[in-house]
Amino acid sequence: MERKMGKATRDAYGETLAAIGDENRNVVVLDADLSKSTKSVMFAERFPERFFNVGIQEANLAGVAAGLAMCGKIPFASSFASFLVSKGFDQFRMSIAFSELNVKLVGSHGGITVGEDGASQMSIEDIALMTSLPYFSVIVPSDEVSTRALVREMAKHNGAVYMRTGRPKAAVVHQASTQFRIGKGVRLREGKDLTIVANGFEVVEALDAAERLAKEGIRASVIDMHTVKPLDKELLLEEAKKTGRILVAEEHQIWGGLGSAVAAFLSANHPCKMGFVAIQDTFAESGKSEELLEKYGLTAPYIVAAAKKILSK
Amino acid sequence: MGKFSVEELEAKAKLVRRHIVEMTGAAASGHPGGSLSCTEILVALYFHQMNHDPRAPHWADRDRLVLSKGHASPALYAVLAESGYFDPETLTDFRKLGSPLQGHPDRRKLPGVEASTGSLGQGLSVGIGIALARRLDRKDYYTYVVTSDGEMNEGQTWEAAAMAAHHKVDHLIAFLDYNKYQLDSSTKEICDMEPVIDKWKSFRWHVQEIDGHDLAAVIRAIEIAKKVKDQPAMIVCHTIKGKGVSFMEGNNHFHGVAPTPDEVKRALEELK
Repeated sequence: MERKMGKATRDAYGETLAAIGDENRNVVVLDADLSKSTKSVMFAERFPERFFNVGIQEANLAGVAAGLAMCGKIPFASSFASFLVSKGFDQFRMSIAFSELNVKLVGSHGGITVGEDGASQMSIEDIALMTSLPYFSVIVPSDEVSTRALVREMAKHNGAVYMRTGRPKAAVVHQASTQFRIGKGVRLREGKDLTIVANGFEVVEALDAAERLAKEGIRASVIDMHTVKPLDKELLLEEAKKTGRILVAEEHQIWGGLGSAVAAFLSANHPCKMGFVAIQDTFAESGKSEELLEKYGLTAPYIVAAAKKILSK
Repeated sequence: MGKFSVEELEAKAKLVRRHIVEMTGAAASGHPGGSLSCTEILVALYFHQMNHDPRAPHWADRDRLVLSKGHASPALYAVLAESGYFDPETLTDFRKLGSPLQGHPDRRKLPGVEASTGSLGQGLSVGIGIALARRLDRKDYYTYVVTSDGEMNEGQTWEAAAMAAHHKVDHLIAFLDYNKYQLDSSTKEICDMEPVIDKWKSFRWHVQEIDGHDLAAVIRAIEIAKKVKDQPAMIVCHTIKGKGVSFMEGNNHFHGVAPTPDEVKRALEELK
């Protein structure tokens, strides 16, 4: 099905941040010399006095954000997800999570859809790292509509949040009228044979896969599980009880991401047949986004194949 | 602030040292050496220089202290208790299950502790954030950060040093508790950071060098640092690890090993 191509989630982030800056004077923004790429530059241009470019230093970025939060500011700190999370992690752990501070971290260029820049720039372990920290909520929005709403939710939420945004443009999968809440998944398609749970760029692949399956008479639910933590347990239970087959698709390493979170919850509460579409414990490489999604097994045909495998169990 | 004479502050320092010895002795763990070396710095701040109110630990205009060398928590707890944040009687609960006096400072558990620390190198960045918030809010408070010489090994220290100078962060006063030792051995042997003064100067900080056990000198240096505009201030304090107890001074055994009951007794004799 043809879908309207929307903005990149990082663009939606930058625009929303600039809008929030007008409404809430406590919002401050930090970046580590990548504001033109993370799009926090949109805030910087409008509110230079509340924008701090710390230079290429992710550890200090996190600590400075923590100090600002201690004084009642609402800091949004951005960089590429790969550098932000890997290099700032000890600071996220001690200065933010353990300290219970209201810091918002936004890592852009998540996943392998970074494309041509190659493996060093691709964050495919950020969700595993960030979900391991108490006090953090972890969000991976799929399109511009959900990003706009969830950035606003982040600003309202009192607690640390990590959001992953993407580099390329993303197809619009949500209605403007949809309500988004941290920790509440969105059912995009109702089915009874199996449930595909996805986030980020995999949501549109899951919808395409569901359409292909429908042509063969297989009816799949599709859930945009934009929040990995806290997980929408209610919705998962409902789907598991209804379809008994759960397939998780994500642009992340197979270990420690959305699939692991869903599996851990369901295996303890409602064991059912499961499948996983994710990056198979490897690093990716340079190439076009769509070529990489294909090569690393994340496109709709792979989801269809994984769905059939579960259905044949 | 300013209500105690230097002699009275010296008596406070002795009292704080007694607490440090008793706390680590009772816990049979902790870091007495680096707590004893930064005692005068904390005493000068809490009993002379800092604008703070133990009855209102979250007062918006208070001066803030970040103990970046979190393992010196006994020294911080002792000055907080003696300032009136909590009952000094409870100091010997240090490191016990359920006590707010955690091994390393935990802001969630103990009012008066501004920042949770214990992973070295993080305090300066947090202090910069507080100082930037002050600037945005047009307030007058000061942010103090107590760092260790070992922490200078950490890359984050220099990220923070460069960034603070570039952003002209003032009302930020850091102390380097330069006791010349880190866990494994002397700083000279492990990862010599000399020339220390030149390093901070080259990072465009306002730098002073003092005897960190001379209370009058510590107070004088803080008063000078408070007047520095558009620049962060570093006070390099030459100190002695284990200061105040003859058999602990310069004896790096007491970096992370508590005194035995007999050693506690001997130390308290000296600190009468």
